[in-house]
Amino acid sequence: MTRRIINLALPLCGVGLAVFVWWAASRAVSDLPSPARTWEESKIYILEPLSKRGETDQGILLLAFYSLMRVARGFLLGIAMGTPIGFLLGVSPMLTRMFDPIMQVLRPISPLAWLPLGLVLFQKSEPAALFAIAVCSMWPTVINTMMGVRAIPQDYWNVAKVLRLSRFTTFTKIIVPATLPYMFTGYRLSLGIAWLVIVASEMLTGTPGVGGFLWQEYNSLVYAHILLAIITIGVVGFVLDRLMGLAEAKLRTV
Amino acid sequence: MAFIEVRSLSKSFATAGITRHVLRDVSLDVEHGEFVSILGAMGSGKSTLLSLIAGLTMPDAGAISIGGVPVRGIRKDGAFVFQNYSLLPWFTALENVRLAVDAAFPELTRDEQRACATLTLERVGLGNALNRRPRQLSGGMRQRVSIARAFATKPEVLFLDEPFGALDALTRETLQQELGRLCTEGERPVTTVMITNNVEEAIHLSDRIIPMIPGPPATLGNAIVVELSRPRSVAQLAHDEQATHARGHVVAALTAALGRKRSNAGSTSPASAVLHPVTEETR
Repeated sequence: MTRRIINLALPLCGVGLAVFVWWAASRAVSDLPSPARTWEESKIYILEPLSKRGETDQGILLLAFYSLMRVARGFLLGIAMGTPIGFLLGVSPMLTRMFDPIMQVLRPISPLAWLPLGLVLFQKSEPAALFAIAVCSMWPTVINTMMGVRAIPQDYWNVAKVLRLSRFTTFTKIIVPATLPYMFTGYRLSLGIAWLVIVASEMLTGTPGVGGFLWQEYNSLVYAHILLAIITIGVVGFVLDRLMGLAEAKLRTV
Repeated sequence: MAFIEVRSLSKSFATAGITRHVLRDVSLDVEHGEFVSILGAMGSGKSTLLSLIAGLTMPDAGAISIGGVPVRGIRKDGAFVFQNYSLLPWFTALENVRLAVDAAFPELTRDEQRACATLTLERVGLGNALNRRPRQLSGGMRQRVSIARAFATKPEVLFLDEPFGALDALTRETLQQELGRLCTEGERPVTTVMITNNVEEAIHLSDRIIPMIPGPPATLGNAIVVELSRPRSVAQLAHDEQATHARGHVVAALTAALGRKRSNAGSTSPASAVLHPVTEETR
């Protein structure tokens, strides 16, 4: 019982401390809204999370939903590209040697750099945002899938060999199930990156969503809403990661 | 002509620039339907020899033929049992066996494939564990699944790589018994090559035992014929005079092999004891 109280109290203490630091900082910096003022100015977004008052003036859940939809599409595109690439690289050392340098160079490129290229390629902000999300978020999937294929124990390859399984059967019955846990680790990391990219891409393109809202409120000098957006981004990202973590844990027990 | 013919086989592996000669000039004959054990210490090159005969790896020199056909890869009518079970953990016992059945008999309907896999699992006493995953099975049961997987494809040649090496002594004996039964009760005789480091196991199951003389490079010693009636049981073998006789032979051969190895240490060309298996006073 006391243990449970401690388990609950410690994180709450941490949150309290963070809010205190925030409050102290707001005393020092005049433009930074205090926690109380942030709540006062933001509560309409939280208490009416689904109401729509204007293009960007919408409830926080609605805004998060737009962002999530965009992330979902970009993320699905990213893993749809990343998974097959990962399998190919995992199976063929030759391909790995061929593309490793390119991968290492492309991987650290920031979404802010990809977005203008996407705009040049697709002319519109929506596909450009998806492009940036997909290209940035696919790398963990590529790398984890590749590692997963490489980590398949020799035993399983021997089984495929002595049973004379066809390439297709080997792929569906051995390679994919053996790689699945690694793939999901990749997906989880990819989703995290996709969520990072969404904010940047919405800020740059000004599309409705949490990131677009953040940037617009900054321009309208409503600083409390910036903090609201930041907290929302963090909470949603946390929830996403937890959900993927649950899916991943479920796979590992099989 | 023998069913399995191995002639002057050599194999070496190169790791980090160092070449290790594992096998040199190994020859061996196995008759159709015969059960031959290759007996030797761990790391003596037994596994290498078996994977060469099975076509899992290719030799550097020498020739292998089975049924008059040169071995160039894994045979359609061959089956393998590995020491570490090698079951796929994401499949149930039935699915593991079905993977082999489906691949071996693509012409059967799904129901027939399923029935074939089920029947084989029932024959190894796993009729009530069909839908359990390897994780939920004991070591002995896992190896039963592995044996069922091998027999389900109705193989003509069976390769056993220390099949009971990871099991406790009691489970080992029961499974040896079952394996002996499976090898003889099929529609057609199964030719079996087993590698093992267990003298009792070799005597229990084999028609002939060939000691491996450790190297590197390893070679084969003189074959010892085990002339004991079947079915054999471990309990019976413990008191059987002929079994005791065979045991003495095997141990003597292995000891002699080790002695020869020691006396050869340092000499540049090890005396390769290539001996064709038709030998011996026991015959």
